Amino acid sequence: MSDILATVKFDSEGFMVDPNAWTPEIGKAIAAREGLELTDRHWVVINYARSEFKAKGQSPTLRAITKNTDVNTKEIYALFPGGPAKMAAKIAGLGKPTGCI
Amino acid sequence: MKTLLILGAGTAGTMLANKITRKLDSRVWKVILVDKDETHYYQPGFLFVPFGMNKPQEIIRPKRKYVPAGVEFVLSDVERIDPGANQVILTKENRVIHYDYLVIASGTEIRPDQVEGMLDGGWQQNIFDFYTFEGTNKLANFLKTWQGGRLVVNVAEMPIKCPVAPLEFVFLADWYFTRRGIRNKVDIIYSTPLPGAFTKPIAAAHLGDMLEKRGIHVESEFNIGEVDSTKNVIRSWDDREIPYDLLVATPTNMGAEFIERSGMGDELNFVPTNKHTLQSEQWENIWVLGDAANLPTSKAGAVVHYQMEAAIENLLAHMQGRELKGHFDGHANCFVESGFNKGLLIDFNYDVEPLPGAFPMPIVGPFKLLGESVFNHWGKLAFGWMYWNLMLKGIDIPLPNEFSMLGKVIPESFDAKQTLKLQRGDSHV
Repeated sequence: MSDILATVKFDSEGFMVDPNAWTPEIGKAIAAREGLELTDRHWVVINYARSEFKAKGQSPTLRAITKNTDVNTKEIYALFPGGPAKMAAKIAGLGKPTGCI
Repeated sequence: MKTLLILGAGTAGTMLANKITRKLDSRVWKVILVDKDETHYYQPGFLFVPFGMNKPQEIIRPKRKYVPAGVEFVLSDVERIDPGANQVILTKENRVIHYDYLVIASGTEIRPDQVEGMLDGGWQQNIFDFYTFEGTNKLANFLKTWQGGRLVVNVAEMPIKCPVAPLEFVFLADWYFTRRGIRNKVDIIYSTPLPGAFTKPIAAAHLGDMLEKRGIHVESEFNIGEVDSTKNVIRSWDDREIPYDLLVATPTNMGAEFIERSGMGDELNFVPTNKHTLQSEQWENIWVLGDAANLPTSKAGAVVHYQMEAAIENLLAHMQGRELKGHFDGHANCFVESGFNKGLLIDFNYDVEPLPGAFPMPIVGPFKLLGESVFNHWGKLAFGWMYWNLMLKGIDIPLPNEFSMLGKVIPESFDAKQTLKLQRGDSHV
């Protein structure tokens, strides 16, 4: 598990520097490092976030996830303590959300 | 005759109508402009009304005054767009307008109904917005007699119109209560779903202490789940609570409801749009301007100004069967009020985050970037005059269209990839 992460570059807060280097195995390893075991429900969110990132170049908002998957907001917070912006993005290898300034 | 139909007579729709009618042959093209509202609001003024810096009547004008001769102005909401049949159905008398080209410039609006409990009980009693004319005036009245307590300024979810406005609101509130002599009786709390008030590394490094210095508390990563107006608390999805006496809300922003009725929007009713050409991703005779588009740049009037050249060039090119060469780079800039008659100026685009330095401006000289100055505050105030008298009428204002690195200082920490993008971006200025 730690081997697979040894070659991955992270920023100071543990977000992957290069989202394109992500694989599902890396996702599992990041989740394990954060103390999470991924279930099918986690993967619904992660797969959606990855496909949105591929299509649009940015990670989806909380609203986009809840509108376009069958996972509701309460469940997302239960699945990913800390919320989708931080924890789900981290496990999916995506950057954390930023504003314009 | 061919028809160019523009939906929305706000900043983008009005500017486009003024500029494009000068380029189109009026014997061939009929231009129709549709809006549901008679009144044009100078929206940057909404921020100033609660603090008495703008009087309500100073920020409104009749929309028709800015409609160019020869353009038909229709006062009506839109029932729906039928892009397959190239037609729009209006709510007024169910009028059907067939178009050859359609421009969607219907903006964004606040949706307090999208936050659980926001409209229950406290709305416009001790919960106000400053994104509508009505909201900002009611907030102004409330503040006149408020004697202090906990002021919570909340951003519900991104994206929002003018993303720095809530931050400006807390800076101005700090100044306003100081001037009234009751700053020590007011706790100011800024709550944001983002990881901090400043999220871009260089801005954070330069401005990170602005809130702390002013005694403003930041609640970051706060995703509001509900407003409980019986207890006067807002609660996040992860069960954190922030009590308030006065809640200044920036509710969810969404595109027009007719976008949803037409099945043309994303989850927030913003229209998927090519970020460089401004053409609809799905329909080749539809262009989307300003806040209505789903572009990854700020929703703000300055952005509309920077989009206009590319949009008009591409619309005309498409009408004439030429290649779309107009290229919008995501350029945005804004004056950020920081209170005590000072302001900041930030300038950025899709690729380059706000940097420090100086912003060159003809005649009046350089404005300081990413730092406070009195000059920037006056720049913001002067912009109101430019907006009504030049920008809306489609007269060029003295601001370069394309993002430029001229005057900007690249900090050493800036990474190599960014620098490369800068050089590329700069080469065509």
